[in-house]
Amino acid sequence: MSADDIFQHPLGRLQWSSLPFWNMVHHPTTENLINGSIGGFAASLVVIGAVVTFALITRYRKWRVLWEWVTSVDHKKIGIMYIVIAFVMMARAVIEAWLMRLQQADGLHGGFLSPDHFAQLFSTHGTIMIFFMAMPFLIGIINYVMPQQIGARDVSFPVLNSISLGLTAAGAALVMVSLVLGKFSTGGWFGYPPYTEANFSTGVGPDYWIWALMLSGLGSTFTGINFAVTVYKERCPGMKLMHMPLFTWTALVTSIMMIFAMPPLTVAMAQLALDRYLGFHFFTNALGGNMMNFANLFWLFGHPEVYILIMPSFGIYSEVASTFSGKALFGYRSLVMATMAIAILSFTVWLHHYFTMGQSANINAVFGIASMLIGIPTGVKIYDWMLTMFRGRVRFTVPMVYLIGFILLFVLGGMTGILLANPSIDYQVHNTVFLVAHFHNVIIPGVLFGLIAGYHLWFPKAFGFRLNERWGMISALCWIFGFMLAFFPLYVLGLMGLPRRSVAYAQPAYVPLEIVAFVGAVVLVVALLALLWQLCTSIRDRDENRVFAGDPWDGRSLEWANAAPAPEYNFAVIPVVKGRDAFSTAKEEGTAFNRPAAYTDIELPKNSAMGPIIAATGFLLAFGLVWHIWWLVIVSFVAAIASMIIRGFARDTTRIISADEVRKEHQHWLDAVARATAVSRAVETGSANTGLAQHEANGASP
Amino acid sequence: MSQETFKYPGLNLGAGHSKDDDAVQTTMFGFWVFLMSDAILFGMVFATYVTSVHATAGGPGPKDLYDINSVFIETLLLLASSFTFGMASLALKYKHSAPRLVTWLIVTLLLGAAFLGFETHDFLTMFAKGGSPERSGFLSAFFDLVPLHGLHVTGASIWLVCMIGQIARYGLDTRTKLGIMRLALFWHFLDIVWIAIFTVVYLAGLT
Repeated sequence: MSADDIFQHPLGRLQWSSLPFWNMVHHPTTENLINGSIGGFAASLVVIGAVVTFALITRYRKWRVLWEWVTSVDHKKIGIMYIVIAFVMMARAVIEAWLMRLQQADGLHGGFLSPDHFAQLFSTHGTIMIFFMAMPFLIGIINYVMPQQIGARDVSFPVLNSISLGLTAAGAALVMVSLVLGKFSTGGWFGYPPYTEANFSTGVGPDYWIWALMLSGLGSTFTGINFAVTVYKERCPGMKLMHMPLFTWTALVTSIMMIFAMPPLTVAMAQLALDRYLGFHFFTNALGGNMMNFANLFWLFGHPEVYILIMPSFGIYSEVASTFSGKALFGYRSLVMATMAIAILSFTVWLHHYFTMGQSANINAVFGIASMLIGIPTGVKIYDWMLTMFRGRVRFTVPMVYLIGFILLFVLGGMTGILLANPSIDYQVHNTVFLVAHFHNVIIPGVLFGLIAGYHLWFPKAFGFRLNERWGMISALCWIFGFMLAFFPLYVLGLMGLPRRSVAYAQPAYVPLEIVAFVGAVVLVVALLALLWQLCTSIRDRDENRVFAGDPWDGRSLEWANAAPAPEYNFAVIPVVKGRDAFSTAKEEGTAFNRPAAYTDIELPKNSAMGPIIAATGFLLAFGLVWHIWWLVIVSFVAAIASMIIRGFARDTTRIISADEVRKEHQHWLDAVARATAVSRAVETGSANTGLAQHEANGASP
Repeated sequence: MSQETFKYPGLNLGAGHSKDDDAVQTTMFGFWVFLMSDAILFGMVFATYVTSVHATAGGPGPKDLYDINSVFIETLLLLASSFTFGMASLALKYKHSAPRLVTWLIVTLLLGAAFLGFETHDFLTMFAKGGSPERSGFLSAFFDLVPLHGLHVTGASIWLVCMIGQIARYGLDTRTKLGIMRLALFWHFLDIVWIAIFTVVYLAGLT
């Protein structure tokens, strides 16, 4: 990269032909026209979406509000922004899934997508769903809920929290830009070399993938450190570890796993980048490269990653089971131990992702047995949730429906997991859609249902009004039945021998099942639309569903002991707790809404521009690297470092909220609570519910 | 001394810094957790090196490329810099003296710079002997591991310069103390990593 180069190619590899419709215009064959139109349409959605957002913000003069949000270091706002990213990315990845099912339904005749386009679809679908849907969603919920559950004002490192969000947003933006400029990787979500090396994948695709994962992986590492330290150091007086709500336990375990599991991903991505950019030989075929190192590094991250994804959902299911059964969680101690056991076991099974890749039978046996062992603590959890519901007064609210759907479907997914953990069976179905069915069967009911249940559970806390129950129910049933239709056929297809990621096939017997799966995909798209429509109607009808008093579901833990939405400092007075289910105890003792004798000033961190600065510089740095725009790489790298150095010199970083202001706000809420009528659980989904619950004493209904 | 309670692992500021000592607790704990994550990063790169050490693909191997004399000097420089950083920490803890602290920091910085100088010279010598990373899997792994440590030292040196700047600007306030405390941990951590590199890469490679 000489100075000449920079002047001759100021935009690096970026050319007109990088636009998605270029090929179609210049070589208008039918296939190019179809693929170009789909690509061009998707790209224009991204561009139009960006332009419309920009115009609307300008039209309603909301730039200042937006700036307030993106520079905010309040864990609640950061959590909400994470979830917004998750929903946007989910919309894209669900549509991609639908397109792939459409293609395969027509796969006997070759379908309508080019193999290259299809490969981009499954690569972005997987990458987005794992790194830019599930991860931001769960990090967002933990961000919002966990500090409130432990009675804290914020996470330990609020600015770092904002920076983590910035890194994740930059990665997501990079994946979105890949729709408009150039092509994404075709190597799948785990991008095995040597296929993703420079001599086989010459374009920008794997580079987009590498830098998007690098950005989000870095963000997740920092998030893990932040959350773990928060749980260890910021708990309110009296809250011992064994007093923490189970969701907080799972947040802690997820954070610890992030701290240990993210570095292998960073190393794998960095080494692949060194191979591609500087001609190193980590994973190449020639000169001593060893692809197995990549497989080991990636799955050393990848397997704990799936538990990182599912742990918070297990926590949410625990909260849902006890809240909507009106009972304390059954087997709290065993749930904590099972959670820890899964976390440890998750680091001992990574090799089961490649039983067929040449190690000895004994090694396969060890990892197979370790994988089966995970079924034991997971089974403990399933029984604990069922026994929590047993003899409870179960209310069929939306989160409860998700929980029941989860229990039924997840057990099935777990069973097929045990099958796959047996190396000799794995050899038969390896790389077939049986595997695709298995991991969707654990991830959709396990992770996604849990996160959506959590969204329903805590939405009223975050925004002060409940979500529409009817549309929530429609969406939940669509998710559950759509899932069954879309993925149960894949088990059979897998046993019939259909390889995963097939753009086309020659076996007519596949067609009926493929069509059933496609119908399932349609139902899943309806589920997503119902979820979005639910949000719209709920916002429209928000005034009838206000729950300012803050406790719409007769909650048990501290996040409900506050106004909805909570003030930015969370608690006017830091609570003191004596045991589990602190808010339930307070309600039983009649101390939940006591007026404190005195208030004190509260010190909060000021907004910081570090988050958006790191997001912008991180994005530009990655974009420059993808397209070989070296001047941009240098400029944005220097800017990122400089901003960190300048931040080091900042001193005036906190502001004070006066005791008077705190008192006023707190009294306003307490007055509202005093005016509110406590409602019974029978009418909790109606407009009578203003957020004050008639507390039902712990235990079984007679 | 004997009654001193430790609020976090490692050298504590202690009772002489009452207010600051409380303020740094959470941050110091957080930094230890970060170091743990960084240690995993190095662990993975070490693993790559160990599995690639025989993948020389007919190119030069450890015995053709490593120069134990130079590496031994580097080791002494880095160990000495850890000692001088220890003196800097003691100056902060017991003497509350900015000039003394800064003097030790500057000595540390010079030792760190000398280390980086020697290391760069090593790399250039290796290049001259045909030992560049695109030659073989072994050399790729070497140039992933050892320069990664070098980059960390470079970053730590830049941080050190910034800390001197902060002391010049604000004196010994809570934030500068906190910065020095964390940087000290980081510096000693890099020293430990270097000892692992010296053993696993150079000693094992030359025997």
